[in-house]
Amino acid sequence: MKSGSNLEKVLAAGHFAVTAECGPPRGADPEVVRRKAAYVKGNIDACNVTDNQTSVVRMSSIAGCMILKEMGIEPLLQMVVRDRNRIALQSDLLGASALGVRNLLCLSGDHQKFGDDPQAKNVFDIDSMQLIHLTKTMRDDGVFPSGQKLDGAPKFFIGCAVNPFADPFEIRVPRLKMKMQAGADFVQTQCIYNMEKFKVYMADAIRQGLHEKVKILAGVTPLKSAGMAKFMKKMVAGMDIPDAVIKRIADEPKEKQAEKGIEMCIELIQELKEMEGIAGVHVMAIEWEEKLNQIIGGAGLLPRPVVE
Amino acid sequence: MITGTPKPIEEILEMLEPYDKIIVAGCYGCVTVCRVGGEKEVQVLASTLRLAREAAGRKIAIKEISLERQCDPEYIEQMRAYVQDYQAVLSIACGAGIQFLAEKYTTTPLLPGINTGFLGVTERQGEWSERCQGCGDCVLHLTGGICPVTRCAKSLFHGPCGGSVQGHCEVSKDVPCGWQLIIDRLKALDQMDNYTKLKPYKGWNTSRDGGPRRIVREDMI
Repeated sequence: MKSGSNLEKVLAAGHFAVTAECGPPRGADPEVVRRKAAYVKGNIDACNVTDNQTSVVRMSSIAGCMILKEMGIEPLLQMVVRDRNRIALQSDLLGASALGVRNLLCLSGDHQKFGDDPQAKNVFDIDSMQLIHLTKTMRDDGVFPSGQKLDGAPKFFIGCAVNPFADPFEIRVPRLKMKMQAGADFVQTQCIYNMEKFKVYMADAIRQGLHEKVKILAGVTPLKSAGMAKFMKKMVAGMDIPDAVIKRIADEPKEKQAEKGIEMCIELIQELKEMEGIAGVHVMAIEWEEKLNQIIGGAGLLPRPVVE
Repeated sequence: MITGTPKPIEEILEMLEPYDKIIVAGCYGCVTVCRVGGEKEVQVLASTLRLAREAAGRKIAIKEISLERQCDPEYIEQMRAYVQDYQAVLSIACGAGIQFLAEKYTTTPLLPGINTGFLGVTERQGEWSERCQGCGDCVLHLTGGICPVTRCAKSLFHGPCGGSVQGHCEVSKDVPCGWQLIIDRLKALDQMDNYTKLKPYKGWNTSRDGGPRRIVREDMI
């Protein structure tokens, strides 16, 4: 075991893993995290805590992780390189590990122009590929990237994100391979709606044997309405929602669209479960955590396995 | 070249509030090429200021001058004879020129007439764009001659990020994705091997993060 995290154990035992995410609040109220986390508990193997997503200031990811941990939920720390230089990144990795956080997701972070502080100075001292490498170096070699010895190496199950739908398509699998070579143990993908394109991506990844070296968790997000689908397609860079998917939900009367969205999400998870190379699913029910039990249970993934 | 844009005239008039006798100093270097701080711009700016101050009922005396380069001591010295006769110098050279004037003429207030921009190129008449951040450790040979530090909004060394869509950056549809440009170029050069290599962490100590930089060429001293 590299980290001994629950997620690592579940995957190592060959179970189809389930992760979800909790976005911390725009304030200091821990109850908001606890409310969301209550819906998550028991339904997943680890729960991502986002790091100032879309560059909007929120409670820190490490704090959110600790609140989850107090509730007996395994946290997965998201860390972006937008706001911290390598000194702060290393320091936070040591701190998170010391507090018992065992899963990490290395990300670039959305550009600050999307948030409330577009005039902020961004950092990007190292990029997400290098953050993977940095963490692996600290964990496996017991040294800082500077070469200085660590007084106790941090233990993380190291994750990365990939977007199989962003451009240019032909470098998307090579990028997954690079992240794997940099040290990623698992990957969570961008929300999948375009299965045809995702199948092409996976076929290429499997041809190169990448699924055997890195655990691939397929990302899904239930659609609440046709309006949400259209908004995401238009506004979120790299979000690929085929018209046929939008039509399917739009054909329902408004009051039945949410139910349809959940049904479509369950179908998608079931299809992903049968796909070669897919080790689990990452359910991003954005501000809709109360539906996690219905979705994950509906997909036949409950109860979650207990692995010692 | 170093590019720049004129400061709003209201801002300049506010800066000039305490003064009635100034020099407006241009530069025949980069700022002449990008048409923001050359001889012609000195004339236009000086006339505008005279008119504005006259309209406000408080005339201003302005001496117009353009130096070969404000970033070279020998040209700066050309102002030595008369600079003390004026209350301030409004320079429309780049930030380096303005500061060098300030260093050489220690008792005269120096005012910036332009906002210095970036190291860039002329795309076409009236349009300039950035190419270089002068970060001091060039990797253009690995990236198809396109700079990831400058052209990627996140200065990623392993781009593109997930926000690259149809060749443009997530920041704006008007901004080409730097990494799409790099990949297109590497493919054309049959150098995609360079793309898939893991690059070492960049040393920003050769950039401005290391403090003001200095180049000393012993062979020229």
